Amino acid sequence: MYAYVVAGWLLLVGAFGIVRSRNLIHAVVCLSVCQSSTYVLLLAIGYQSHATAPVFASTVPTRAKVVDPVVQAMTLTDIVVSATVTALLLALAIQIAKRHHTVDPDDLSSLHG
Amino acid sequence: MTSATIVAALTIVALSGTATVLTGSPSRQAVALGGFGIVLTVLFVVLQAPDVALSQLAVGTAVVPLMVLLAIRKARNIR
Amino acid sequence: MTRATRLALFAVAAAGLAVLLGAAFADLPSFGAARHPYRDAAVTSAIAHHTANVVSSVNFDTRAIDTLGEEVILLASVVGVATLLRRAEGEHQRRGASGGRVLELTKFAGYQMLGVTLLIGFDVVAHGHVTPGGGFQGGVVLATGFHLLYVAGRYGALERLRPLPAFELGEAAGATGFAGLGLAGLAVLGGYLANLWPGGSFGQLLSAGTVPLLNIAVGIEVASGVVVLLAKFLEQAIAITDGGVE
Repeated sequence: MYAYVVAGWLLLVGAFGIVRSRNLIHAVVCLSVCQSSTYVLLLAIGYQSHATAPVFASTVPTRAKVVDPVVQAMTLTDIVVSATVTALLLALAIQIAKRHHTVDPDDLSSLHG
Repeated sequence: MTSATIVAALTIVALSGTATVLTGSPSRQAVALGGFGIVLTVLFVVLQAPDVALSQLAVGTAVVPLMVLLAIRKARNIR
Repeated sequence: MTRATRLALFAVAAAGLAVLLGAAFADLPSFGAARHPYRDAAVTSAIAHHTANVVSSVNFDTRAIDTLGEEVILLASVVGVATLLRRAEGEHQRRGASGGRVLELTKFAGYQMLGVTLLIGFDVVAHGHVTPGGGFQGGVVLATGFHLLYVAGRYGALERLRPLPAFELGEAAGATGFAGLGLAGLAVLGGYLANLWPGGSFGQLLSAGTVPLLNIAVGIEVASGVVVLLAKFLEQAIAITDGGVE
């Protein structure tokens, strides 16, 4: 249960960072923290006490208890893909800096034609 | 892994995430994000997920902080 | 809306979300429980296909269609970043820009680690079906290892040794290779991305059929994609200047 609480805490703290932020790049990093809360939640759901990693070898027989590999498969592709999406957000922040000469979200309130 | 190890790793992750969010300056936050990435890697190893830990280590400590620092530098040069 | 109003609204919303999350978490199976039906199904299928790393089997054999979707997201994001960060009119791109001084020790350590890291990256990609690793992890290790050239040397050296069109082509080739192997599975076995020869001795390098091939395709795509991403950011931060004013 503590693992789920930590995942929820990371999500809320990341959201708080985005709301309070004065810099778009700071907000993107806080979004990264939010994303890692989903990784923690997924892995916590798949964990079994006293089980081992889902890789079989000569030292780990195929009868051994392992943790859930499906959530691990989801999480590891998610990590790489969300890094590229973070890159896309940072590129957008750079373009905003070029056009409006500011990265403060409070100054970016009006829509220019 | 004993549950004490898991509880300790989870607590360090929560503290590190809070510190990353509460850091004000974006360039310091990039370093804090790298530290958060390493702490997450340790948590993933404790939770018996070596593939995920490899992925997080490579991505969260090298690629993302580097891109954040380059974006900060570019935004600062423009203004 | 002022900052104070926004923070107050967030506090209310966060409290509500926390209550909902708490109720949802209370219904989840307890942490460390023993009942994982998906795990039993996945492990059985991986052992039947002679794949020692069950996570790789799930990613590239049982649920390979999800990995195809993730690859497409990666491709689209890299294309998006390359488009957003291209050199616009009125901007100049300096060729052979170089930074400040680098310590001799950093140079030495960087050049020593470059070969080792690239080798480790290839090893992680190739053994993805036997040990923890695979195309995604190995691809990122390869791409970041390549940038030790930037850390240890000068940006000009990195630019010369990194022909960007080759990496853009590599990314497309990786994605096409993955989809093409899927079509081969469709042609031979009647199922898209079916495992063509799921045999071999358990735990050896030559086992698990198409899983190592798909690993290599993903490794090429992820490595090329991350190199292109970092190249665009480095270009923007170092080489592209704004109409003559630095």
